[in-house]
Amino acid sequence: MASLTDVPAPAKPTTEGLLRNPTGRGPRGHGQAVRWILLFLGGVLMVMPLVYMVSTSLKWPHEVYDVNLIPEEPTIENYTYVLEDGRFYDWFVNSLVIATITTISNVLFDSLVGYTLCKFRFPGRQLVFIAILSTLMIPTEMLVIPWYLMSQQFGWLDSYWGIMFPGLMTAFGTFLMKQFFESVPDDFLEAARIDGLNELQIWWTVAMPLVKPALAALAIFVFLGNWTAFLWPLIVTNSVELYTLPVGLSGFGDEVDVAWELIMTGAAISTIPTLVVFLIFQRFIIRGVVMAGLKG
Amino acid sequence: MADIAIADLIKRYGETQVLHGIDLDIRDGEFVVLVGPSGCGKSTTLRMIAGLEEISGGTVSIGGRVVNDLEPKDRDIAMVFQNYAIYPHMTVRKNIGFGLRAARMPRADKERRIDEVAALLDMTALLDRKPSQLSGGQRQRVAIGRAMVRDPAVFLFDEPLSNLDAQLRTQMRLEIKKLHQRVGSTIVFVTHDQVEAMTLADRIVIMKDGHIQQVGTPDEVYRSPANTFVARFIGAPSMNLLDGASLPPGTVPRASDGAVLVGIRPDDLHPVTDAPLVEGRVTVREPLGPDTLIYVDTPSGEVVAKADARTPPAVGATVRLGAAAQDLHVFDAASGAALRVA
Ligand SMILES: Nc1ncnc2c1ncn2[C@@H]1O[C@H](COP(=O)(O)OP(=O)(O)OP(=O)(O)O)[C@@H](O)[C@H]1O
Ligand SMILES: [Mg+2]
Repeated sequence: MASLTDVPAPAKPTTEGLLRNPTGRGPRGHGQAVRWILLFLGGVLMVMPLVYMVSTSLKWPHEVYDVNLIPEEPTIENYTYVLEDGRFYDWFVNSLVIATITTISNVLFDSLVGYTLCKFRFPGRQLVFIAILSTLMIPTEMLVIPWYLMSQQFGWLDSYWGIMFPGLMTAFGTFLMKQFFESVPDDFLEAARIDGLNELQIWWTVAMPLVKPALAALAIFVFLGNWTAFLWPLIVTNSVELYTLPVGLSGFGDEVDVAWELIMTGAAISTIPTLVVFLIFQRFIIRGVVMAGLKG
Repeated sequence: MADIAIADLIKRYGETQVLHGIDLDIRDGEFVVLVGPSGCGKSTTLRMIAGLEEISGGTVSIGGRVVNDLEPKDRDIAMVFQNYAIYPHMTVRKNIGFGLRAARMPRADKERRIDEVAALLDMTALLDRKPSQLSGGQRQRVAIGRAMVRDPAVFLFDEPLSNLDAQLRTQMRLEIKKLHQRVGSTIVFVTHDQVEAMTLADRIVIMKDGHIQQVGTPDEVYRSPANTFVARFIGAPSMNLLDGASLPPGTVPRASDGAVLVGIRPDDLHPVTDAPLVEGRVTVREPLGPDTLIYVDTPSGEVVAKADARTPPAVGATVRLGAAAQDLHVFDAASGAALRVA
């Protein structure tokens, strides 16, 4: 009879075994290599424009049309110029204010409507939902003229409100939030109802914290979408002080020459807020995933 | 006082009626268990008491007051849900305190109340944890704490233990029973587990297809089931039902007009040497420790009986089974209703 202390020693991997069946990382076979190459090419494709943007922003005007990545005489002159130009500052603030307000508005109202459509039964509910969804099928280009006419009649042209109003709520956001609220069990809401909370409190203190990851994703989408929006802000604004960053940047330079080095400098600076927003909300997304993973 | 009076309660979902006139009076401080197979309307009844489901007909009164049109929060009730409904984004303290959010009382009083409840449930050390850091039983305790903190007149439980493993379920069952003895509130408890019903209840309400089949103490529903459904639902293994005509003449105590079914619990049916009721071949044996269950193939179908564990009949052997006359339950074969036997 084997004694209880007779624990078999863990088998040591042999050199031959390892060679036949490697456990280390690194390319293994052709499939792996192809995958790596494709990924690498994809990465280069994504990163190149960014690198080129930064490189151009560091060049003197005469060098802009050379394709070299490393500027011959690197300069930060463009940055000082753009940052000292009052217009850039105005546009930056405009974009920031508009994107921020629109993001907050979407996070609040898309989720409020999505929640209502998801958790309440009332006559016409399906109809409302389908009506909202159907607006997703109309392209922005088609809406721009009605928006413009409407803004004209209401006197909204050339104002923050005029730039913002079409995006304050989105059908996509409403749909997204409705789907996410499906994952909140009704028991949670009913328990709160029994505890005496009113419906608005239930939405805010119970349902909203449970869909934080979705809210973060929505916030990133909406912020980026508005930060880079071009067509509508271009149409609705007249005064240079009211331009958003993309509209303003596209007009850098004078009538005869487009000042690419300045546009690229502005673009490089304008990526900073998007990075900040992403870094802030990414944390919520990751935490949300972790939370959902632990059965609670 | 928080007695509950349910009169002719009806629930319809569009065309389909799921509750067909429930009448039930629950005394103050009573522990009543609603039990029945899936889909029989237990949860619906409970949710109508809570005010989470609209009442299609009839009345629900709590403490002598008709509450049909009252919001859940105005009914002085608390409810514990099957999946606990404790919020993953809040600590245990916040979860328990959630029941007090709407209550108008000074903050210090609330804190004191939370601490009291936590102490009562033996959770003081866990107050600052999040639900994801708790075991299933602890989470269920948080849910119960949340219900207790408001000191409601009525507790409603909807299958609170069905997500727990068997051992924990037994333990929590005991805790809930102790809790009831301590706080003395009226409790309505829904389960589809008849053992839970038997062990917890002052009175059991057995439901089927939106009708009440029988209301009685655990002893009553076990000893004198009102019909064959109750007879087979309560008690494990289920009661044997034998065709009255297949039994030896004179077995059914009083000749009744129509065909009858005779019910005998496996606990009451044993191998005998003389005057057997049925005879058959043993197909399976299940040793339970003190006794051994034997499944016997008889001319009137398979029956389950209990044999002494020390001398169980062998599989394949022929056994004669008998029971004492007072352990026979007689039912009308057509309606399934129990017949009074003299
Ligand atoms: N929203 C609804 N619409 C239509 N029918 C419903 C709805 N909710 C419940 N029902 C029906 O009502 C009946 C009773 O449901 P209920 O939830 O009360 O059953 P239960 O006894 O609690 O069952 P379980 O043990 O499975 O929880 C079921 O037949 C169910 O299909
Ligand atoms: Mg149920």
